[in-house]
Amino acid sequence: MSALEPMLLTIITASTPLLLAAIGELVCERSGVLNLGVEGMMIVGAVAAFGTAYTTGSPLLGIVAGMLAAVALSLLFGFLTLRLMCNQVATGLALTILGLGLSGMIGESFVGEPGVKLSQISIPMLSDLPLVGKVLFGQDVLVYASFAIVGLTSYVLFRSRWGLILRAVGDNHTSAHALGYSVLRVRYLAVMFGGACSGLAGAYLSLAYTPQWTEGMSAGRGWIALALVVFASWRPGRVLIGAYLFGAVSILQFHAQASGVTLPSQLMSSLPYLVTIVVLVIISQNRQLTKTNSPACLGKPFSPDR
Amino acid sequence: MRLELEKRAETSKRMSVLSPLIAIALTGISVTLMFIALGVAPLAGLHAFFVEPLTSVWSWEELLVKAGPLVLIAVGLSVCFLSNTWNIGAEGQFTMGAIFGSVIPVLYFDFTSAWALPLMILMGALGGMVWAAIPALLRTKFNTNEILVSLMLVYVAQYLLDFLVRGPWRDPDGFNFPESRLFDAAHVLPKFGDGRLHLGIALAVVAVLLIWFLLAKSLKGFEIKVIGQAPRAGRFAGFSQNRTIWFGFLLSGAFAGIAGLSEVSGAIEQLTPVISPGYGFTAIIVAFLGRLNPIGIVFAGLLLGLSYLGGEAAQVSVGISNKMTNVFQGMLLFYVLACDILILYRLRLVRSAPAKEAS
Repeated sequence: MSALEPMLLTIITASTPLLLAAIGELVCERSGVLNLGVEGMMIVGAVAAFGTAYTTGSPLLGIVAGMLAAVALSLLFGFLTLRLMCNQVATGLALTILGLGLSGMIGESFVGEPGVKLSQISIPMLSDLPLVGKVLFGQDVLVYASFAIVGLTSYVLFRSRWGLILRAVGDNHTSAHALGYSVLRVRYLAVMFGGACSGLAGAYLSLAYTPQWTEGMSAGRGWIALALVVFASWRPGRVLIGAYLFGAVSILQFHAQASGVTLPSQLMSSLPYLVTIVVLVIISQNRQLTKTNSPACLGKPFSPDR
Repeated sequence: MRLELEKRAETSKRMSVLSPLIAIALTGISVTLMFIALGVAPLAGLHAFFVEPLTSVWSWEELLVKAGPLVLIAVGLSVCFLSNTWNIGAEGQFTMGAIFGSVIPVLYFDFTSAWALPLMILMGALGGMVWAAIPALLRTKFNTNEILVSLMLVYVAQYLLDFLVRGPWRDPDGFNFPESRLFDAAHVLPKFGDGRLHLGIALAVVAVLLIWFLLAKSLKGFEIKVIGQAPRAGRFAGFSQNRTIWFGFLLSGAFAGIAGLSEVSGAIEQLTPVISPGYGFTAIIVAFLGRLNPIGIVFAGLLLGLSYLGGEAAQVSVGISNKMTNVFQGMLLFYVLACDILILYRLRLVRSAPAKEAS
């Protein structure tokens, strides 16, 4: 038990940013927009959150700033891909490159500065429970938020009228348009939601995961989040499972080292990326699964006058 | 007042030349605004970023050293992008080319015959091709998303390089620094001029000519473009999409691999944990700014090569961060993509509320 608790705690910390970013991208892709800029929005969210928390001393303001910064970037992406109908793959890449550059420039003065750590909120009584108390009820606000967002997303997507409209737009934008729904407005909102979630993921990285700023600290997590959406075949519940599986794999290295496994550390560090590839292959092999679940209009531009 | 897009009857030839230039101009304006925001005199900043690096012979040579790998990788990528295949892992293929190409200078350093260099270049190409073959295989066999696979492999390649230079390939006489042994003179690409300018730039020129011929004059080039623009029509013509994916990945992988080898064998002369300032990713911008055209890519490669030098010059002379380079590159790609719309559409400012027309 004494070894298990810290392990579970680290798994939660490693999984939360993946979960947040992936659930945002899931909604975005469900509306038919493929945003490959998750990594860029995440890192800008991270630097904005760190900088704000560092100057104001308030991690909560940091979270808000991280979210707003990432939403601003997502709007830029939305304008290009939705209004100007640019290629979504290329624009997403541009967003990532710009985000990495901007964050490096903004964050240069923060390198090496001590950060502000997001405090844990212990739920009274429950957090004193043996075994699961601290793991389940002694987390910070973003961990709770990540679960709440997954639950809400799942509900809204599959149990509400809004979700129906969003999925309709993603599966057949021409019909949705003919029914009188504003395809572009729905997609703008979905893209912004994706941005907000990526911003939260970034804020989690620089305020909770490692409360400091290092350049490129997102380290490919945005891309892993994109893979998670495919892995989850666009279902929120499966994103939750996937994110925690990946989180577990990525912290495996620390525990393996501690228990005396002598594999090269670089091999352990590249494990999450290798696992991502293997998982993608297994999932995509099952064409039935990907075909029935993937939004039919994913990546296709829509122009209302056509 | 609102912005209206009006579809052109046919694609505008004039705009397909002008749009990258407009993008560059818009990026220049944005950079100027950033200089003002950072409290730098804009003219001094622009001068430092764009002009200062071109005022000495040495820096012209250095510009070519930077532009060489960018152009070489980008012409390869342009073939991929034209066929609507997304190889975004050129950075990893670059790294693997450097690793494979370094087998001779690091492990068989006694082998100093005249065959060593050509063999190293071949090994470099092979390294890049092996790494590019993985996403190609998974895509054609299992329909796995090539974007994510090729990108994940960038990280894996970088960790492999890190492992090698800190572990088995570390220089035994290197005071424990994470570096391989210095390459023998027989394993270093021939140099021109008095700076670091090496044979790599010639390889890039050859690649540009090859790809120009491929795209403009050969049936294969036509096949690539048809598959990219109209896959259904391509299938009717008997062109295979899978074959095109393989072709694009192997070609761009080989070019990126050769670029990686020439960087370590020409510019660095040993293996170090970090061998690239992101050439593989910047090359994506180069490919798009050059409008996926080999000649355009040459100019684009020079401009983005300049942005590396400009970032450093601006840091020294006006005291802003050299991260400006990455911001410049990112903004440029955004503007390039946005300006592409001018080729297919006319922009109009409409004054009245246009919603009423429809009824």
